[in-house]
Amino acid sequence: MATNQPPRMGFFTDTSVCIGCKACEVACKEWNQVPEDGLNFTGMSYDNTQGLSADSWRHVAFIEQTKLSMHPGSTHPESTEGTRPDELRWLMSSDVCKHCTHAACLDVCPTGALFRTEFGTVVVQDDVCNGCGYCIPACPYGVIDIRPDDGRAWKCTMCYDRLQVGMEPACAKACPTDSIQFGDLDELRERADTRLATLHDAGVSDARLYGHDPADGVGGDGAFFLLLDEPEVYGLPPDPVVTTRDLPAMWRCVCAAAATLAVGIAAVFGGRHR
Amino acid sequence: MNGSKVSMGRRGGRGERAMVPDASFSSYYGRPVIKEPSWQEPDIAGYLYLGGLAGASSAIALGAQLTRRPALERASKIGALAAIGAGMVGLLHDLGRPARFVNMLRVFKPTSPMNMGSWLLSAYGPAAGVSALTAATGRFRRIGGVATAGAAALGPLVASYTAALICDTAVPSWHEGFREMPFVFVGSAATAAGGLGMVAAPTHEAGPARRAALLGGALEVGAARLMERRMGDLIGKPYREGGSGQKMRIGEALTAVGAVCGATLGRRSRVAAVVSGAALLTSSALTRVAIFEAGVASAREPAHTVVPQRERLGARQ
Repeated sequence: MATNQPPRMGFFTDTSVCIGCKACEVACKEWNQVPEDGLNFTGMSYDNTQGLSADSWRHVAFIEQTKLSMHPGSTHPESTEGTRPDELRWLMSSDVCKHCTHAACLDVCPTGALFRTEFGTVVVQDDVCNGCGYCIPACPYGVIDIRPDDGRAWKCTMCYDRLQVGMEPACAKACPTDSIQFGDLDELRERADTRLATLHDAGVSDARLYGHDPADGVGGDGAFFLLLDEPEVYGLPPDPVVTTRDLPAMWRCVCAAAATLAVGIAAVFGGRHR
Repeated sequence: MNGSKVSMGRRGGRGERAMVPDASFSSYYGRPVIKEPSWQEPDIAGYLYLGGLAGASSAIALGAQLTRRPALERASKIGALAAIGAGMVGLLHDLGRPARFVNMLRVFKPTSPMNMGSWLLSAYGPAAGVSALTAATGRFRRIGGVATAGAAALGPLVASYTAALICDTAVPSWHEGFREMPFVFVGSAATAAGGLGMVAAPTHEAGPARRAALLGGALEVGAARLMERRMGDLIGKPYREGGSGQKMRIGEALTAVGAVCGATLGRRSRVAAVVSGAALLTSSALTRVAIFEAGVASAREPAHTVVPQRERLGARQ
């Protein structure tokens, strides 16, 4: 049996080569037949998608920053190639469901609609979900959401249907710069370490990995990132923890409180009072 | 602005090193990091309240039956059934696909408080129903006795598990209160059920209801205060400020007034007992609504998610 188990698959999104083309957003919508969810103007740089939702399973963030020391490797302050104040830095990053090792959405789902696939990904079974909404505030990344006119919860499936026939997810396939890389998670982690070392050597000291560490609060993400600033700048939580980590303690407190109520009610009936 | 740092008030304040700079945080255009619950307030805040009222009423009903207080027994049994019935209607109404409610029972899943609650309700609901119907009709008294005992055994869990339901989320002002929240909830449940007993039963039978309201009110207010304090300035803010903070404070005041007036004036005056009981039923509902709204406010605020996590990372380094 063990030999039939495919390796855990994942995404490594290297934002240092993202060009903000949104091909991932489009490919995802097309392949998964995700409905249109508003055509609004936000004024948030080139981002009208705004965030991940029931109807946006990839979301490209655009961040316009004015920072010093933009050009890696430059040692001459007066060089026209080098550091210039008030220069625009444009960060772009394609966000997606993290397919957590310890997935809160999956843990709290009361129907078992959310399940772990053979690829180690987390998927909602739309024929089981009853739209209770518990997964929505449980997700530490704010990924999964209810589709209002449908009533059920939806999110990235890492193209479960494509994976089952040996294809890569639509977003990774469409990405023209290989910012979105799909593959065996162990291999992606090695590739990310190499890429990070390369960037650090080139003087891009801001570069960091996010969600790659199996020791973090969610046991590591199946979809992890190389970022050029702090996670919260991209709208990501800096140190997410799966809420069910505290659930055993919660159940203990619940039982203690229930016992308190039972004993308390018994007590008010005791004694000589009338 | 995007990527800009916003200065935030310090948390706690006591015992922090002076070298730690003021907590500031970045966000993506000020947008929330987590999603706010899709739950509708009348349905879910209503259920938190009604489940508590039902659970504690079932416990009072058993006490009343054993100590021969027929009016209190009847009112508590019928009140429990009405409350859990209305609460379950809210739960069903809140589902995106109500027809699939039974899917809740296709698995048994201790990692999901909502799943455990569904199993609990599927045992408690019928017990409360049989208990109330036998009390109302006076028939099948032995079966009614068993059902009453069953409902009384499960009732306290019905009143308290809902705390785990909301705390087992990424919502900071809910999750960080998981130690105290179950005690706030059972206190609030006893307050409401005591209030119901004071409204419905004559004063000579309602002694236990008055004492339940007094004890419950003290627990509700005390545990809530402790919870707010332990959460600190930032995460505890929705319990002090805004619409949710206002409801919290009004609920607290009503609980105190209702419980004390009920235990004093309500001993002799039927009118005072009814007014005090109604105040307690209202205050318990206000507390649940306030807690629900505090969570929604917390989910909307990116600082609630980012700042404590930043501090945690900073402490680890």
